[in-house]
Amino acid sequence: MLNVMRAVIARDLTLAWRRRSDVFTSMIFFVIVASLFPLGIGPEPKLLLAIGPGIVWVAALLASMLALSRLFASDYADGTLEQMLLAATPLSVIVIAKVIAHWIAANLPLVLIAPLLGLQFGLPADALAVLALALALGTPSLSLIGAIGAALTLGLRGGGVLLALLVLPLYAPVLILGSLAVEATAAGLTAQPYLLLLAALSLGALSLAPWAVSAALRISYE
Amino acid sequence: MSSATPQTASGGINWFKYSSPQTFFPLAGTLAPWFAAIAAVLFVAGLYIGFFVAPTDAQQGESYRIIFIHVPAAWMSMLIYLAMAFWAGMGLAFNTRLSGMMATALAPTGALFTFIALWTGALWGKPTWGTWWVWDARLTSELLLLFLYFGFMALQAAMDDPRRADKAGAVLALVGVINIPIIYFSVKWWNTLHQGASVSLKSAPTMAATMFTGMIVMVFACWAYAIAAALWRVRCIILERERRSEWVADYLETQK
Repeated sequence: MLNVMRAVIARDLTLAWRRRSDVFTSMIFFVIVASLFPLGIGPEPKLLLAIGPGIVWVAALLASMLALSRLFASDYADGTLEQMLLAATPLSVIVIAKVIAHWIAANLPLVLIAPLLGLQFGLPADALAVLALALALGTPSLSLIGAIGAALTLGLRGGGVLLALLVLPLYAPVLILGSLAVEATAAGLTAQPYLLLLAALSLGALSLAPWAVSAALRISYE
Repeated sequence: MSSATPQTASGGINWFKYSSPQTFFPLAGTLAPWFAAIAAVLFVAGLYIGFFVAPTDAQQGESYRIIFIHVPAAWMSMLIYLAMAFWAGMGLAFNTRLSGMMATALAPTGALFTFIALWTGALWGKPTWGTWWVWDARLTSELLLLFLYFGFMALQAAMDDPRRADKAGAVLALVGVINIPIIYFSVKWWNTLHQGASVSLKSAPTMAATMFTGMIVMVFACWAYAIAAALWRVRCIILERERRSEWVADYLETQK
């Protein structure tokens, strides 16, 4: 089972590396969205410090969501996904492997570049570290919940907009807790409870979402 | 009793008789007008108690009277989501056709009550809080609930095959059910202004008896309305999906 997981992760990462431009596009999207806000709101440092954590998180949510359609689409188009459904390995195991690979390819770059964006909003150094940590703990649940939406909208017309409608309301808890963690640190309080809750959400999603994703994938193939 | 429906060996009531769209269709047709009539009577009685009998509130004046619509609508919005997820889950687990139709029929009514709860809340918030909208825990989670209903309906509308739409919607509804407490608590920790509940099962209501009566009557009115609307809608869905079957053709023949 672990061999299959390793093989799927290696395969998906290789595919993502061969299509590097996709990864860079969603990273650049993340940076652009976060940079547009100060242009719209004005360069008042106090205001930017107050809204910075939320904006970086919202931008991360959108960038992560836009990458979701890549999760199953190419496998669906070339029939690989059908083979995965037929494989002896439980589908939820393959789904976990695919989501891990997707997280590394699509969300890890966001985690790494987020402190730079936080710097643009004048966040203090410890808040920058918490921002990266909160994103690292929170984005796995985004990938896992998003995978349910991606599987449900597989092969549908207007799937992209529909995916946003399905997934964004479910992202709200992660957004709230993630921004609270950064704001608490910037205000000189401890971010620990929020980080623990983010980790708990991700672990909860890890245990439940793969089932829902495999059920949704099987429904798409009926 | 038609010969097409199997009887249980014990001779007791066959609970599964009405799980087939064909037998449920006339039952829904019989029940729906009754529930509609009950709803109409209770709405009139509840609104009369609410607007003419119940005393004016000492702090909020007349504007508090919106609770006779607001509170039942807010309760129904959550309850209908649970009912919808229940039927969706039953459809997924037992592969029954009618369960999925029931979930689909409940969604618009649930969304309607969610919208009414938000809208009346805004009308009440303006004179009382001085603002139409605050980003408070209750309001935000109710808004997210509305988005969940919209997502459910949009997903089903995007699928041409009704069986796939039922199952995909069921997965989404069940994921949403797990998320509702999480959404509720996360927004509660985040910011809060909405008052606590005035009515709970554990303690006596913190309001005058007539106000409480008016509200309970309105709650039952909303229940009856929701059941009537869902039954009427499920009848339309049954006719649409079973349009190729013989009994629907016979039925439509008699309706001409």
